[in-house]
Amino acid sequence: MTRSNETEALPAIMARGLVKHFRDVHAVDAIDLDVPQGMIFGILGPNGAGKTTLLRLLATLLTPDAGSAQVMGHDLIRSPQAVRSSIALTGQFASLDEDLTGIENLIFLARLWGFTGKRARARADELLTIFDLTDAAQRQVKDYSGGMRRRLDIAASLVVTPHVLFLDEPTTGLDPVARKHVWQMIRALAEHGVTILLTTQYLEEADQLAARIAVIDHGKKIAEGTSRELKAAAGSGFLHVTLADPAQFAAAAQLLEGLMGGQAQHSAEGAAVSIKANSPQAASEALTELTKAGIEVIDFSMGAPSLDEVFFALTGNAAEAPSMETAQ
Amino acid sequence: MNKIEHSALILSSRPERPSALSNALTFGWRAALKFKHVPEQFFDLVMTPIMFTLLFTFVFGGALAGSTGVYIQYLLPGILVQTVVFNSLYSGMGLNTDLGKGLFDRFRSLPIWSMSPFAGLIVGDFLRHLIAGVIILGIGMIFGYRPEAGFIGVVGAFLLLLAIGFGMGWIFLVLGLVMRTPNTVMTMGFTGIMPLVFASNIMVEPETMPGWLRAFVEVNPISLMTTAMRGLLGGGATFTSVSLALLAPIILTATLAPLTLWLYRRR
Ligand SMILES: Nc1ncnc2c1ncn2[C@@H]1O[C@H](COP(=O)(O)OP(=O)(O)O)[C@@H](O)[C@H]1O
Ligand SMILES: [Mg+2]
Repeated sequence: MTRSNETEALPAIMARGLVKHFRDVHAVDAIDLDVPQGMIFGILGPNGAGKTTLLRLLATLLTPDAGSAQVMGHDLIRSPQAVRSSIALTGQFASLDEDLTGIENLIFLARLWGFTGKRARARADELLTIFDLTDAAQRQVKDYSGGMRRRLDIAASLVVTPHVLFLDEPTTGLDPVARKHVWQMIRALAEHGVTILLTTQYLEEADQLAARIAVIDHGKKIAEGTSRELKAAAGSGFLHVTLADPAQFAAAAQLLEGLMGGQAQHSAEGAAVSIKANSPQAASEALTELTKAGIEVIDFSMGAPSLDEVFFALTGNAAEAPSMETAQ
Repeated sequence: MNKIEHSALILSSRPERPSALSNALTFGWRAALKFKHVPEQFFDLVMTPIMFTLLFTFVFGGALAGSTGVYIQYLLPGILVQTVVFNSLYSGMGLNTDLGKGLFDRFRSLPIWSMSPFAGLIVGDFLRHLIAGVIILGIGMIFGYRPEAGFIGVVGAFLLLLAIGFGMGWIFLVLGLVMRTPNTVMTMGFTGIMPLVFASNIMVEPETMPGWLRAFVEVNPISLMTTAMRGLLGGGATFTSVSLALLAPIILTATLAPLTLWLYRRR
């Protein structure tokens, strides 16, 4: 995309104190956001954190109760139509017409953007080619698989190249292959200068894609930075230990907590324990103690904390759905 | 997605912003496409009214009007009104379905005329009413109905039908915006329409009814519409009868169209 120097300096998104309440739920609670042009920016948070509400505010689908925001320099409230000209939104749930075919969905949107006759059709064909959907072009969307639907939904957001693309949980519910495809596509768009604001519950996804990440919980931004910065904020390093016998997890955790302080974490995959280690010496002593206590270690590593651990360190909670009461 | 490097991913020049009319027509095109893909819906549209016409004409026609031929002449204009009133439910259900799927989120994030999605629903309604009307009139004629006012009368009658459908449609668009599921829209709609349609002069002359009911039937908007339809199709329509028939659609449009817009913007 060709851009003048004047627009280059403009932030793609600038939000100040955005607030949205639903009755007594503070879905978005005083969020500030600065996203420079061309960046992939990740919004990371568990289910119910307020990610969708934040995106809907920025896409002019909801009116904020307080605060203000500009997208490509256009104010959300004063010039919503100019904001809409600059953005595209791929919502959490496919926003396609199930009764229409793939190509009809795209032609429909192309016409709404102002393409006429043959040009609308040509644009639809181009997008179908790029997204590997040419074979399914004449099929009704209700017969599409989840991955195809996602691709068409994203293609539908690119009929006219947006300055800012909002992607709400773009890979939730996709299998690993389809997820990789979507990731490639997001990176390709960013390389072409499209600013991308994506939400995710997957720590790995934010880590893989986003240059900067804002962590939100209960409508509040609790941290922001690069993946590296967030990891550093969580502590110097972590010792990860894989046990031969998962039954020994409790004993291992107790021993490690006694030696190193802090709280041991149980990894989801099975018999792995992680704990914050103050130094490599402390870690190596801990491994010796484990062996002495008869706990067999089949693998260990010292590393920066994973984003899971970062989330844990920031919120004191595991990254999972909060209950309604705590959302107050 | 190997072809991702394809330069077409990025569009360097945008088309000019289309007019409100162009947006509305595009939504109308989408409505027309739905007829192509879901042809079964014609069955839903006309089955009930045809059953009605045939059952009433052949079972009760003799008793109610002396002969089936006389009765179908009396019944058919009201059946057309009834059909349009019931079928105006569909766009409310369609709206509710679209809202549930997040389709409207996309529409509302596009720089288009904000009312154009409704233009599409209304075009879809008009097509539905025209097609159902033509089929029912055609089948009625096979069983002996004659539109005695001729072609001009039929055209007038169809215009009135569209006006009725347009006015009644707002009720269901409002329901479509406030209800949680398309089925609730349908149930609420049927529950509301049923008594209005039966306590009217569609099937029988109000003279045979008890006084309190007759008082209601005579001011029931459905009766006023039916009287005007009989006049337009059979001859003898007056300015007053057509105006009375248009009263309810005009009041509904004047009050519910702004409410629909307000509800839509607020969501
Ligand atoms: N339309 C709504 N009405 C009432 N509450 C809502 C609405 N939308 C979202 N919420 C509430 O706001 C909070 C944030 O929701 P959401 O933005 O969807 O979170 P996320 O996308 O991070 O899962 C949740 O507690 C949710 O129940
Ligand atoms: Mg969400």
